[in-house]
Amino acid sequence: MIRLEKRKEPSTFWRIANPFLAVALTMIAGGLMFAALGKDPIAAIRLIFFDPIFSAQFGSFSRPQLLIKSAPLILIAIGLAIGFKANIWNIGAEGQYIIGALFGAGVALAFFPAPGWYIFPLMVLAGAFGGFLWAMIPAILKTRFNTNEILVSLLLVYVAERILAAMALGLMRNPDVAGFPGSRDLRRYEAAHNAELIAGTGIHWGVVAALIAVIFAYAMMTRHMLGYHIKLAGQAPRAARFGGVSPARLVVICLGISGALAGLAGMFEVSGPAGQVRIEFASGYGFTAIIVAFLGRLNPLGIVLAGLLLGLTYIGGELAQMMLQLPGASIQVFQGMLLFFLLALDFQTNYRLRLTKGARI
Amino acid sequence: MRQPLLRLDGLTKAYPGVLANDDISFEIGIGQMHALLGENGAGKSTLVKMIYGLVKPDRGTMTLRGADYAPAQPSEARRNGVAMVFQHFSLFDALDVAENVALGMENPPPLRDLARRIREVSTAYGLPLDPNRLVGDLSAGERQRVEIVRCLLQEPKLLIMDEPTSVLTPQEVEVLFRTLRQLSAEGTAILYISHKLDEIRALCDEATILRGGRKVATCDPREKSARELAELMVGQVLTPPERPAKPKGAALLQVRNLSLTSNNPFGTSLKDISFTLHAGEVLGIAGVAGNGQDELLLVLSGEVPTGADQVQLKGAPIGHLGPNARRKRGLVAAPEERLGHAAAPDMSLTENALLSAAQRKRLARSGFIDWKATDRFAREIIAKFDVRTPGPDVLARALSGGNLQKFVIGREIELAPDVIVVNQPTWGVDAAAASFIRQALLDMANRGAGVVVISQDLDELLELADSFAALNEGRMTPVRPAKGLSVDEIGLMMGGAHDMTPAQGVSA
Repeated sequence: MIRLEKRKEPSTFWRIANPFLAVALTMIAGGLMFAALGKDPIAAIRLIFFDPIFSAQFGSFSRPQLLIKSAPLILIAIGLAIGFKANIWNIGAEGQYIIGALFGAGVALAFFPAPGWYIFPLMVLAGAFGGFLWAMIPAILKTRFNTNEILVSLLLVYVAERILAAMALGLMRNPDVAGFPGSRDLRRYEAAHNAELIAGTGIHWGVVAALIAVIFAYAMMTRHMLGYHIKLAGQAPRAARFGGVSPARLVVICLGISGALAGLAGMFEVSGPAGQVRIEFASGYGFTAIIVAFLGRLNPLGIVLAGLLLGLTYIGGELAQMMLQLPGASIQVFQGMLLFFLLALDFQTNYRLRLTKGARI
Repeated sequence: MRQPLLRLDGLTKAYPGVLANDDISFEIGIGQMHALLGENGAGKSTLVKMIYGLVKPDRGTMTLRGADYAPAQPSEARRNGVAMVFQHFSLFDALDVAENVALGMENPPPLRDLARRIREVSTAYGLPLDPNRLVGDLSAGERQRVEIVRCLLQEPKLLIMDEPTSVLTPQEVEVLFRTLRQLSAEGTAILYISHKLDEIRALCDEATILRGGRKVATCDPREKSARELAELMVGQVLTPPERPAKPKGAALLQVRNLSLTSNNPFGTSLKDISFTLHAGEVLGIAGVAGNGQDELLLVLSGEVPTGADQVQLKGAPIGHLGPNARRKRGLVAAPEERLGHAAAPDMSLTENALLSAAQRKRLARSGFIDWKATDRFAREIIAKFDVRTPGPDVLARALSGGNLQKFVIGREIELAPDVIVVNQPTWGVDAAAASFIRQALLDMANRGAGVVVISQDLDELLELADSFAALNEGRMTPVRPAKGLSVDEIGLMMGGAHDMTPAQGVSA
């Protein structure tokens, strides 16, 4: 008979080993899935995880893509992880990402075609502000009316998607191209373009922002009272109140930070890699970032590694779609499996399985 | 010599790192009231868990009425006539008395019959209970009756009671003792676990004393003084805390017409509480658990704000301020529940040292934490208050209750406040550490601080307090000088509104 036993202290070994184990299990299960689809599993796994970086054929194109895909994931996940530590669950980063992009693009389109060094910084501020505002809706509803922030933030994603579509078709549509939905291409508007900073690397301002966010989050969580209070509130809410933490203030701060960072990510995306406000602008970064945050153990440095890995699956997935004609959804299945395995494995951080001889009644 | 009911022979139980019980042998006679004495960690609970079938002994045997007795689980113990009333009740607030009793039975009869049986048994033993009342509405004393009646319905031969009086007023204790004596006269043996020596001397005719997992003595408690018993228990000579006489100082903390509605359906609302605490004064607040102690602490610590003028510190209104602002002004508090309230279980002692000390110890500069200073502070508490731990990096939840208590009380005392409010400061702490904590509180008062001690332990309050009040269903009695108060008067202050006389409480 198998018995579950709670560990006296959570196991540090499993806490660190589980993300790696989850990746390995995902590769195995993913391989089985590809085999069932009639593809060569080893070739598919190679194409997703190794070829984007190491292949001579695809590498030169894929390598810069890695940073482009990973930066928004890391930027969003850093903010989410701060909230998750305090047991404040912002599931709607995708919506804040969209609204941030619309605010950023809105500033750019309002100034078009004026030149000026101040336009891009203004867009940065507007993007962060847009995401912040969108996150304040669940924050204020939670603190005023005790609503559930998981539900509210998630549902607001769909509202944001409708707004995005309305903007792409209406207010922000490029007036110079009749009949096509979508805004002007910000990549062609120099004052607003989030350009590659070092040619051939994929490094744009969003990558820089992600790096800064990682350093700030690390310093805040380990050295600052705010980080201490966030951890305290997540682990022992009553002790937090005894320590003088106001739960409502923490909800506003955590949702505000994660919203602003998601908004920033959206703004850097729309002004650079994506280039324009289009209906299909939202590509699920806000949801994938949840996986990144958990896979990175809510730790800023872990999130960097997890962000790079998930970024890799995006690129590898596209590659596999192209080369092996794998369905596009298979990469989402892949990402989902990763979270699934991680959460399942995390069980053994706090519990141990015991085989006992014979049944005792 | 009575006929033996239960004989223990060389019972031994080891857990990793500790020998909880080492070769323990004694006998309990039929109808005997046998006390089991010992400090926390002396091995009392392990021993009774073995008798009740919750733990299997590594070595040793038990004989019940001449037959081998080795219960594999509690239900087997109950079939053999062994019943136990635990210190912490396992009752559901939202169910009524009869339903709660039924839940604890192997084969409960239909609820109507059960209700009738509850009435009969409870009246027969002077513990009246209305089977249709919700447990959530009962006082702690009445809840204990539910547990006792649940046991009595099984007609036990041996009733184990774990610290039964810790939640009772003196009057309730009297009622309980009468019941226990009646049971004993009818032939039910009672194994009575306690560390309250006067009770044991009043009640029991034999006592077994444990220390560090071994039996130190079996004796007749009535032939020993309370002091002799205590020294057997602790293994050292105890000195009571010193308290020099002193004049009353200036008013430090004033509470005025404080009322507060609890937002928990089974919580207690505070009703019009007023008192003044002076410099150098120890104010003892007695009361049975659940009469507003927790709520009062939250209001004083600042976790639940009130109107500004309702709480005043050194003449300044602070009722609207949060905990940290109050700490800065010199008011600190130590709540009763150490794990989860006074300390975060999954944080290290260093991190927990920061919890309430950031302001007064200046452990953070413009929000940035000085971990080195915090670590030093944690080590200081550990050294000064003799906290037994490998080091400050250990998680709070890995410490024993008593050690963590020393740590959290030590932390608040080290903040050198003007006023300190503590709730159950020595709950679950061994005798030596308890007397150390009490001395530290008295030392604070001697240095001119005001001390509020909320406690359910009357002996503790009488030892510490200069002035005395009691909480009862959220109301507080006027403050009276502690000197000259008799236990009877205190009991009336504590239990005034509780219907604890045997004749009341049952509807016809």
